[in-house]
Amino acid sequence: MRRSASKKSSQPTSVNSITSSATDLFRSASSKASSKEMERIDNLFYQYANRSSNMIDPEGVEELCSDLEVSHTDIRILMLAWKMKAEKQGYFTLEEWRRGLKALRADTLSKMKKALPELEKEVRRPSNFADFYAYAFRYCLTEEKQKSIDIETICQLLDIVLGSTFRAQVDYFVEYLKIQNDYKVINMDQWMGFYRFCNEISFPDMTNYNPELAWPLILDNFVEWMREKQA
Amino acid sequence: MERKTIDLEQGWDYMQTGIAKLKRILEGLPEPAFDSEQYMMLYTTIYNMCTQKPPHDYSQQLYDKYREAFEEYINSLVLPALREKHDEYMLRELVKRWSNHKVMVRWLSRFFHYLDRYFIARRSLPPLNEVGLTCFRDLVYNELHSNVRDAVIALIDKEREGEQIDRTLLKNVLDIYVEIGMGHMDRYEEDFESYMLQDTASYYSRKAISWIQEDSCPDYMLKSEECLKKERERVSHYLHSSSEPKLVEKVQQELLVVFATQLLEKEHSGCRALLRDDKVDDLSRMYRLYHKIPRGLEPVANIFKQHVTAEGNALVQHAEDAATNQAVSTAGVQEQVLIRKVIELHDKYMVYVTECFQNHTLFHKALKEAFEIFCNKTVAGSSSAELLATFCDNILKKGGSEKLSDEAIEDTLEKVVKLLAYISDKDLFAEFYRKKLARRLLFDRSANDDHERSILTKLKQQCGGQFTSKMEGMVTDLTLARENQNNFEEYLANNPAANPGIDLTVTVLTTGFWPSYKSFDINLPSEMVKCVEVFKGFYETKTKHRKLTWIFSLGTCHINGKFDQKSIELVVSTYQAAVLLLFNSSDRLSYTEIMSQLNLSHEDLVRLLHSLSCAKYKILTKEPSTKTVSQTDVFEFNTKFTDRMRRIKIPLPPVDERKKVVEDVDKDRRYAIDAAIVRIMKSRKVLGHQQLVSECVEQLSRMFKPDIKAIKKRMEDLITRDYLERDKENPNTFRYLA
Repeated sequence: MRRSASKKSSQPTSVNSITSSATDLFRSASSKASSKEMERIDNLFYQYANRSSNMIDPEGVEELCSDLEVSHTDIRILMLAWKMKAEKQGYFTLEEWRRGLKALRADTLSKMKKALPELEKEVRRPSNFADFYAYAFRYCLTEEKQKSIDIETICQLLDIVLGSTFRAQVDYFVEYLKIQNDYKVINMDQWMGFYRFCNEISFPDMTNYNPELAWPLILDNFVEWMREKQA
Repeated sequence: MERKTIDLEQGWDYMQTGIAKLKRILEGLPEPAFDSEQYMMLYTTIYNMCTQKPPHDYSQQLYDKYREAFEEYINSLVLPALREKHDEYMLRELVKRWSNHKVMVRWLSRFFHYLDRYFIARRSLPPLNEVGLTCFRDLVYNELHSNVRDAVIALIDKEREGEQIDRTLLKNVLDIYVEIGMGHMDRYEEDFESYMLQDTASYYSRKAISWIQEDSCPDYMLKSEECLKKERERVSHYLHSSSEPKLVEKVQQELLVVFATQLLEKEHSGCRALLRDDKVDDLSRMYRLYHKIPRGLEPVANIFKQHVTAEGNALVQHAEDAATNQAVSTAGVQEQVLIRKVIELHDKYMVYVTECFQNHTLFHKALKEAFEIFCNKTVAGSSSAELLATFCDNILKKGGSEKLSDEAIEDTLEKVVKLLAYISDKDLFAEFYRKKLARRLLFDRSANDDHERSILTKLKQQCGGQFTSKMEGMVTDLTLARENQNNFEEYLANNPAANPGIDLTVTVLTTGFWPSYKSFDINLPSEMVKCVEVFKGFYETKTKHRKLTWIFSLGTCHINGKFDQKSIELVVSTYQAAVLLLFNSSDRLSYTEIMSQLNLSHEDLVRLLHSLSCAKYKILTKEPSTKTVSQTDVFEFNTKFTDRMRRIKIPLPPVDERKKVVEDVDKDRRYAIDAAIVRIMKSRKVLGHQQLVSECVEQLSRMFKPDIKAIKKRMEDLITRDYLERDKENPNTFRYLA
């Protein structure tokens, strides 16, 4: 289904006859432009898409990444996926592609490249980042009904998503995750808990951390482990 | 006849004669008393002067002159007399003068009574009585009261030092203060009492400072008690009764409150020492003294609690040390001794609570808290819950280490159940108790059915029906099992073809009631397999919808061992029997052969073979004849074995069930915590984290003390299972997801 690029809301049939021709003209002009844009977007899609599945698969994504001159573990690809509201990790459907690129106002590779810094700024806004952070977790859930992610993937994900903003916390927490035995997987609540931890708790002193509050148990244990290390 | 008008001067002159006469009487001069005619004349004079027509109605003037009469008398005679005396003499004079004054007021107000009837009411003036007393107050009292007070206080202090004083005098003096208040206690309170209280405070403060240094705690307390008694007596003898509580409070404050800490914590005679030395009387005194002081008992209760805790801890430590020092076989004894000692400790200090401390709640609480501290300590790896369960087992089983009369047993069981109240892991006790009860019931080792039921009743009373429902079910199962067995034997009698050829007794247990037992797929010898089939056939005639799971590990078997010298009946477990029966078909079997035939785990097989070849009775010989069984050993039926008995029991050392019990209990706790969280959230819908945790702890406290981390873990699990969610706005709040 084609989406109209026009900012006007689609009016019902009763339109003033005086303006109807103008809007018709406008609409047809903008729809011509938008259809051109859509064509370019689609073309770009098919450059990377797998012929048989009609989706961009991991191989295509890698190609895209190298063309964008971005590593495929770079957070910006994840941000792109977020913008696209992509559902399956490593794959982009046509609809998702269209959604993302439309939003970025990019229909060529160079425009996409240029849009990335802006995208990053947008995602890093506090109002968006929490949503992005949660999205990152969900994106890694590959099986249906899967609710948790294994430790190793979590460690990588933490590094990608929070590595630049909370380097110290991520490094220590990743170290802890690797040596502890209580948990083999991390669920969404624990994932979000860590983000809250980074934002609210001063590090590395953690003096304002209170284990009697509703912090996830894994963070209580992490703080205990940190304190022992520091002693 | 027309009444002649009385002139004021005239009339007053006449009155003066009456007043003068009265004064002479008061001064103690020889003077006859008033007769009725004189009295009447005086009264009538006043009456006439008041009822005369103006300008000869002299009410106002007479009213004033009435007062002036007093003033004149006081100024000219009374005050001088008082001023020249001091101390006790002054007090006596004052009492006399006051008494006189009251008489004077009484008489004069009678003479002038007519004024009281109409004049004062019309002009809203104070009545004659009041006028008279006010004169005394304004002229005499106001001048002298502080001197009087000092004199009185000096006498009081003298009496405190042991000297005799004139108590009646003091009473009379103090009555003046009260009466001069004319209906109010303010004169007494402000002009006397407050100073007296202050003096009392400094007096006792001085005493306390010196006593606290020199005296032992019991002596100091005796003195304090004596002082309080004396002060109370003082009130009854001459102080006004309203002074009592204030006075007592001051004395208590100076003697007992200010120096409370020093007194109670005196090193060799303070509260701790008194408890140590069982000084019951002194402790009772301490209670009596501190009972009335607000929060006075708290430090005493605290020391009591610390003392009991220390004694309890010492017992536990002693048992711990003894257990580590002794050989494994006697290890259990120390724990039993410990429980006995703890019971004795409880009895001892309960007496203190009820007698010395008059059953006060503070002390009940202190005792409870003390016991809760040390009753939850582990001794030699066993939790207190396990120790208590083992203790019960020893009392209730045949041949237990405790040989007691029925009454003593009942009494001990009663006490044990009371101790259970202090143990936080009650569910752990229940599980251990259940396991041991199972063994007693299944192997017919219960000494007395009545005692078994009795302790269950007591447990039920203390911990609720849910606590004992499974155990009661177990006891009932046994009764039903016996019945069932009878039916089985009847069945066999009626179906001779089905008879397995072996005497078979089966006890059917209701799964939910009994502890969980692991059942192995052991390959039974054919004789036993037949038994199982036969019973199954019988059971199916009774109920179609039940599944039988066989627990061979609990079975017992009587086997005839045909040894060279003589046949001996061996009483063994079913598993041991299965091993032995293998030797009916082969003389020699290697470990691996036995293993493959029976299909047991190594751990179990080693245990079994050990009991048959390396223990007291060597039914099998082992090659090599080392003390332990290894997987390369070979076994042979020991035809040479003999014993003087015709029947011997070959025990299997019991598996350490402790680990399993703890595991089972932990599992049950997880479910219990889950259920509690869901129950709370279902009713509250939204709840803060800390509140949820504390309510959870409270709900579960009847059975165990949940670990906060465990609760958090269960909450996380419930979040993953979509029972709860974290509130979006407030991460410390949770919502129930229907």
